[in-house]
Amino acid sequence: MYNGGKIIFGLIIFLAIVTFPFYSNLGGSAKKAMPSLDTPEIYALATKECVRSGEYMKKEHMKVLDEWRDEVVREGKREKISVGGTELEKSLQNGCMHCHSNKEQFCTECHKYAGIDPYCWDCHFDRGEGRL
Amino acid sequence: MGIFFSFSVVVALTVIAFAGVWIPGMQYFFGVVIPYLAVLVFLVGVVLKVAKWGRSPVPFRIPTTCGQQQSLPWIKHSKYDNPQTTGQVIIRMVLEVFLFRSLFRNLRTEMNDGRVTYGSDKILWLAGLLFHISFFIVLIRHLRFFIEPVPSFINMIDALDGFVQVGVPHLLLTGVLLVAAGGYLLFRRINNSQVRHISLPADYFPLLLIIGIALSGIIMRYFVKVDIVSVKAFTLGLVSLRPRTPAGIGAIFYIHLFLISALLVYFPFSKLMHMGGVFLSPTRNLANNNREVRHVNPWNYDVKVHSYAAYEDEFREKMKEAGIPVEKE
Ligand code: HEC
Ligand code: HEC
Ligand code: HEC
Ligand code: HEM
Repeated sequence: MYNGGKIIFGLIIFLAIVTFPFYSNLGGSAKKAMPSLDTPEIYALATKECVRSGEYMKKEHMKVLDEWRDEVVREGKREKISVGGTELEKSLQNGCMHCHSNKEQFCTECHKYAGIDPYCWDCHFDRGEGRL
Repeated sequence: MGIFFSFSVVVALTVIAFAGVWIPGMQYFFGVVIPYLAVLVFLVGVVLKVAKWGRSPVPFRIPTTCGQQQSLPWIKHSKYDNPQTTGQVIIRMVLEVFLFRSLFRNLRTEMNDGRVTYGSDKILWLAGLLFHISFFIVLIRHLRFFIEPVPSFINMIDALDGFVQVGVPHLLLTGVLLVAAGGYLLFRRINNSQVRHISLPADYFPLLLIIGIALSGIIMRYFVKVDIVSVKAFTLGLVSLRPRTPAGIGAIFYIHLFLISALLVYFPFSKLMHMGGVFLSPTRNLANNNREVRHVNPWNYDVKVHSYAAYEDEFREKMKEAGIPVEKE
């Protein structure tokens, strides 16, 4: 090969970059996020259910939040909803986080795993954080 | 016309993936077998192609020069358009790879009133650059599916990319830019009659395929959502070489994955190899130092020469006898 040294060097760099996901995970456990539903509020529910079906929430929970926000903030529809036998506000802090009071083991468990960091918490509180 | 053929192939690939995953047992085939094969073809294919290029001799220095060569000290040397040293070549290459400097010089050639005119045409450069940068950033962001725990710099890129904070999940600009820039490149091929005339299926297909991949990703993120936690468990399984049959992931994910596998397989045999080719282009990666350094053609036959000095040594006596003047007595 002409200029073999340089070309092989380039190929090694290419392979090192492209196969990074493989060797960096070699022997890894390929773990899966396990959000915990283990909160006193959920145990207290008459029926163990979310605001929509669990399957739907897994994929679309942010859409529910988006709808609630638009309804509450833009249209002023603050009527309560009834889930699992409890009356709740359509609210991030007082709705979702009422039942899912374990933010770290629930929301963050998934979000860290999926590599996202919702900016909602710039303004909203979870129940453990108290208020300003 | 090439574009209809290419478009049909991309649609066919989409349909194959969409229909295939409904057949029981085929999830493993589309989710594990095909992606592994595709990565293998990609890696081996690229290496062999580059090795093949490496075996071609480059006898002379043939850089395309676009400026004044190194000359007398009072003539200004255009260092990065006519590089003299390896250092200058490296800077020239870096500028080429990251900023597409040669494309920046692209001109529009038109007939106006029977005369050929040349005009500035920076849109192609801009669209080309945006297309590549967006593709790159989308790929970097995708690392969140392949690394656990996700390094913070990926979160940072994600936050920057989504800084407009529109919608949930938040809009990522590079994904949209990728489709928009790719769309312009496609539009230009169709709209400009000269470019259309020289466009082949091999030009349309990669463009349509990449736009198809990006569209399927966008549909998956904003419209037909999939369970990202299951997706990541599946991709981590793939890269840690412990594949598990993906369960409960929507068909849209298989379409995305199958189109990507098609791209990987196609890559080494197509013009997409310009990724490696740009580094091996003799018109870019050589210094223009023909006047300074002697370059010997590597395949030259080793010619046996008989120099005059040796000739004289051999025949000196005979030459003297014949009265022919000699240089050494
Ligand atoms: C009344 C209590 C309650 C409220 C309010 C509630 N959830 Fe749930 N959530 C649950 C229960 C119970 C489940 C488990 C449901 C199941 O598995 O069918 C659940 C499941 C989920 C899941 C799926 C988790 C998984 O791994 O399957 C997500 C995501 C979720 N909730 C998010 C939210 C969000 C976001 C909100 C606010 C819009 C919210 N929940 C409001 C009780 C609640
Ligand atoms: C700039 C600060 C800010 C950010 C960031 C923000 N919110 Fe809000 N949000 C507010 C304010 C202020 C209200 C109005 C509260 C009210 O009127 O009761 C509100 C109300 C809401 C409500 C309805 C009422 C309630 O108590 O929850 C929802 C749901 C909501 N936001 C969801 C979100 C989500 C989801 C995100 C992230 C994607 C988010 N917000 C990001 C400031 C913010
Ligand atoms: C089953 C795992 C899981 C759980 C549990 C979960 N999320 Fe999510 N959430 C995700 C994933 C995955 C995304 C990103 C989707 C994507 O990238 O397409 C997301 C996205 C979001 C977004 C949109 C973020 C953005 O910047 O666009 C919000 C808001 C959100 N989640 C709120 C919550 C809240 C609040 C909770 C807890 C009550 C919660 N999620 C629990 C998996 C989860
Ligand atoms: C094996 C490799 C890949 C996997 C496993 C994968 C997987 C995914 C997943 C799961 C999503 C949804 C993201 C979300 O909901 O947040 C997505 C989105 C997307 N994908 Fe891919 N993808 C891969 C390769 C690619 C490639 C090569 C491209 C480039 C053409 C691409 C372009 C996109 C785009 C544009 C989106 C939309 C969201 C964004 O802008 O990031 N993907 N991909």
